[in-house]
Amino acid sequence: MSQYNFGFLDEFAKKEIRRCTIKAVAIPGYQVPYSSREMPMGRGFGTGGLQLTLSLIGENDTLKVIDQGSDDSVNAINLRDFIEMTCPGINTTTSTDKADIIQSRHRIPEKELKEEQLIVLQVPYPDPLVIVEPSEEKRKQMHGEGDYSRLLVKLYEDLIKYKEITISHRYPTRINDGYVIDPSPIPRWDVPKMHQSKALILLGAGREKKIYAVPPYTDAKPLAFDDVPFRVEDFCDKRGKRRACSKCGSVSSFLDEFVDSTNGKTVYQCSDSDYCAEYCAAQSKQPFEESIDG
Amino acid sequence: MDKVLEVKNLSKVYGKGCADCFGLTGPQADTNICPSCGSVVAAHDVSFDLYKGEILGIMGESGSGKSTSVKCLFFDEEPTSGSAVFYDDGKQYNLFTLNAAQQRQLSSRRFGMVYQNPYLGLNFDISAGGNIAERLLMSSISHFGAIRERASSLLQRAEVPTARIDALPKTFSGGMQQRVQIAKALSTYPPLLFLDEVTTGLDLSVQAAILDLIMEIQQEIETAMIVVTHDLGVIRLLAGRTLVMKYGRVIESGLTDQVLEDPQHAYTQRLVASAL
Ligand SMILES: Nc1ncnc2c1ncn2[C@@H]1O[C@H](COP(=O)(O)OP(=O)(O)OP(=O)(O)O)[C@@H](O)[C@H]1O
Ligand SMILES: [Mg+2]
Ligand SMILES: [Zn+2]
Repeated sequence: MSQYNFGFLDEFAKKEIRRCTIKAVAIPGYQVPYSSREMPMGRGFGTGGLQLTLSLIGENDTLKVIDQGSDDSVNAINLRDFIEMTCPGINTTTSTDKADIIQSRHRIPEKELKEEQLIVLQVPYPDPLVIVEPSEEKRKQMHGEGDYSRLLVKLYEDLIKYKEITISHRYPTRINDGYVIDPSPIPRWDVPKMHQSKALILLGAGREKKIYAVPPYTDAKPLAFDDVPFRVEDFCDKRGKRRACSKCGSVSSFLDEFVDSTNGKTVYQCSDSDYCAEYCAAQSKQPFEESIDG
Repeated sequence: MDKVLEVKNLSKVYGKGCADCFGLTGPQADTNICPSCGSVVAAHDVSFDLYKGEILGIMGESGSGKSTSVKCLFFDEEPTSGSAVFYDDGKQYNLFTLNAAQQRQLSSRRFGMVYQNPYLGLNFDISAGGNIAERLLMSSISHFGAIRERASSLLQRAEVPTARIDALPKTFSGGMQQRVQIAKALSTYPPLLFLDEVTTGLDLSVQAAILDLIMEIQQEIETAMIVVTHDLGVIRLLAGRTLVMKYGRVIESGLTDQVLEDPQHAYTQRLVASAL
């Protein structure tokens, strides 16, 4: 791959992305437009996050890539391989602890991130107002005036129809009491992790050409009513007992639900595979399946 | 008496306009279309004052510039020239020099608008209560229970059965839709309310009930109102003072009784005579 610059993008492109990133950090939650580059994979495959990672990663940095909480899904492997190939000298890992940069789709790791870490989230739709306002110009105006009343009306309508707020992913979240962001397709479970996060959170939308950020130690408050607080998934069974991961036994992680094809039973397992493996190890249990190693 | 609004020389020209526009249009010229440039002089030189708790009627034939005047004041249209000062809580706002954000602040909190067409005033994709909630949420009320309660009492006040609070506007009759619009407009207790042909097209009995409601509200919360209509009956019933417009100009103004009993302008004389 010697015909490519380190990080695939040329230095000019990387600089532009870094400048936009600095602006995004300086104005928490503000969607900074940037000239998203063509990448050798379809937009919608995490090219926004990828460009952020490529412009920020340096030799000797350690990278973790996850998709749906797992390091070994096809998407995660493809992205990780591509970054490794175009950024000679970097290290990769599946361990949340050991990573300097984590690029992720759909999840924020269970384990609290540290100040020296950085998480890059891949975002398909950056603007939370798109569900209530089709015109981008009007949406900009609404962001500028902090007018999120129509998003709250959406929550109101949810409450009268279903008696609860039904948004499961992309929960609109107000950053630093200012802009409301679409936090990418993470579940509600992960939203509180953004609040006062020690690690910098960067969000990149390749197709929509936007970069935004939740800087470290910044408020991130999900939209809610004073008397109807935001709730995360409770993972309780019919009797109100918290379900445990069938692999590691943890009762404090986000669980994926699937049907065991051999017996037709519903199985619950940690979505974060690194967390699950570590939790198993801590109890000196072997996980049923071998977790992969980067 | 407390002045709420002072409008001076309000004009609105649709089109590029020319030096002859104002000279060649108006009641004498018998047109509102400028013969030299083709622009429409929808309103010109409209001036009036409005006081707290007062209802001002604007009457005139179709195309005379009634809606245009009101739309300019509610920021739905940008005037070509003129000024309007809104007095509120010891402050005064020069309406046409405010920036767009300040204008939206005023129109969403301190003004109310009820349109002839409920599609303009309501969001048909959300419930009646949700429509009221939107206006309350814009003014930073963020307690779900409080919003429900307020929406419910406003609907009750507008005589919409509160059991229908969660129903979509399309399931309401025309009269009920107007009542929901009124409840929404009133939700922030605005000191100034615009009503543009709100009873046009409704059955007579429904019209009468809505006019009753408007009068009651005016007495209860002393909202100043501008009522636009081509219906003399509505003017007679509601408006203390009246402007009569023709081809974009105010051709007659004064106490409604005087205007109707002793019209000065030939056009108003004909209008009153034809309604008797
Ligand atoms: N957007 C526009 N572009 C061009 N001309 C317009 C526009 N809106 C209104 N007009 C013209 O301006 C004039 C005044 O219209 P306006 O709607 O104010 O009348 P109105 O008195 O409210 O009439 P009606 O009783 O029919 O509602 C009319 O000649 C109309 O055709
Ligand atoms: Mg009209
Ligand atoms: Zn587990």
